[in-house]
Amino acid sequence: MERIIFYILALIIIFFAIASVSSKKMLRSVVYLLFVLCGISGLYFLIDYNFLAAIQLTVYAGGVIVLLIFSVMLVHHIEMELELAKVSKRILIAVASLLGLGVFLTTIYSYEFIVVENSITTTTEDIGFGLLSYEAGGFILPFEVISILLLASMIGAIIIAKGTKITNKNNDSL
Amino acid sequence: MNITLSITKNIHNWLFSIMPEGIASIAEMVLIAVVYLAIFAVAGLYLVLLERKVAAWFQLRIGPNRVGYWGLLQTMADALKLVSKELTGTVKADKFLYNLAPYFVIVTALMALAVFPFTQEFQAFDINIGVLFLLAISSIGVIGILLGGWSSNNKFALIGAMRSGVQTISYELSVGLSILTMVLISGSLQLSEIVEVQKNGWLIVQGHIPAVIAFMIFMIAGTAETNRAPFDLVEAESELGAGFHTEYSGMKFAYFFLAEFINMFIIAAIGTTLFFGGWLSPFGITESIPWLGVFWFVGKTLILVFLMMWFRWTFPRLRIDQLLTLEWKYLLPLNLLNIVLMALIVWLNLTIQF
Repeated sequence: MERIIFYILALIIIFFAIASVSSKKMLRSVVYLLFVLCGISGLYFLIDYNFLAAIQLTVYAGGVIVLLIFSVMLVHHIEMELELAKVSKRILIAVASLLGLGVFLTTIYSYEFIVVENSITTTTEDIGFGLLSYEAGGFILPFEVISILLLASMIGAIIIAKGTKITNKNNDSL
Repeated sequence: MNITLSITKNIHNWLFSIMPEGIASIAEMVLIAVVYLAIFAVAGLYLVLLERKVAAWFQLRIGPNRVGYWGLLQTMADALKLVSKELTGTVKADKFLYNLAPYFVIVTALMALAVFPFTQEFQAFDINIGVLFLLAISSIGVIGILLGGWSSNNKFALIGAMRSGVQTISYELSVGLSILTMVLISGSLQLSEIVEVQKNGWLIVQGHIPAVIAFMIFMIAGTAETNRAPFDLVEAESELGAGFHTEYSGMKFAYFFLAEFINMFIIAAIGTTLFFGGWLSPFGITESIPWLGVFWFVGKTLILVFLMMWFRWTFPRLRIDQLLTLEWKYLLPLNLLNIVLMALIVWLNLTIQF
């Protein structure tokens, strides 16, 4: 049964991924992308990695897609359609995509995957201990680095949002 | 796949005895889905009736009293009417997204119901990250509203959808953080385990001051997340027609409407599970009769639902700037402080345990 669910999910992901890049209406491709992301989170649920699946749903489906929809709604009128690219560009992109696909397929087929028999569900507790441990195999350094990165991006966003006000004030004082 | 379907052991065993394993588990899932759908479609309708009765009570009216005894069949009749109504649409709408949007809203609302433990036995999907799953699912529901508003190609609907997006994204933070405060004290994300922890006293008693603050923030933010008055800018009748669902009619409108009430039930159910002990009876008075848990769970949930309806008919609607000020300048900082306070209390072992 797991195999059947996997193939259904894979079909959903592939179908909507293609639909997402080939749709001419911008918001529709965003929605197709949402289905792709939901399908990926379904795969995580299938391998019993519930935490990552829920995070995938929250961050990508609930966060990124909502932001994308917002930006599309702000700039895009409902009757607008995207233009087709030039033929030369299309050929270039097709070649690049085929190249990427080839690299992926050779890597996947040349690597010998080891089938793991155990099915231990990783709990949130394990993840928490892993993130905060500073012994071998712990992730405290990347965790802290990411928090600094987040802080930096937040400050950056505030600066951009309040841009003119702050720079004007600085100019006056200078 | 490790789905624990622990609703009733008898049906489970019976299904597996007459069918091969694969088909039996699919049949079981379908059966449970149908049962949940049936229960909550009817429950949603009765919540609508309850809302109308409460509204009437607050305004010194009688409320619906013609169809059935005491108006009990009124909303059933309304639902039948909505099913038989014509589905209208606008010509220049984006048909695909326009038709898809109501399903987003109703499916996410129904998916969230699966993880609630109604009693020890009656829980469809006891996932080990239950609370996080609830947050994840509820963050998707807003997409349906945004899509519905945009694709109807109507300015009022678009404004309503934008307001809804702003509101839901902002208040999701407060809901998430207040739930996180309670996760700190319960030490688990699994809803059944959170209920287990409360056998030594409900979490609102165990966590005393920060838990009460978290509960207040949760109820305010939860009301805002379901787009209900006093936070119903999304469908403010006097300004926007009907907001994001202006162009919807018949059953598609009914989906939005039903989803709103199911979402209200979900917020109340999260509140019940996290703060008031879920299906546990007060002081364990009916501990020997486990199936009475449903009664306690639904009872507590309905009290919280009544509280939300009380808000609706008591407070005037907020302006959009007031709404955002409330969230970002008051609730969010309070919430962050509250988490630190709760962490201190758990760390110093100052919780009240019976």
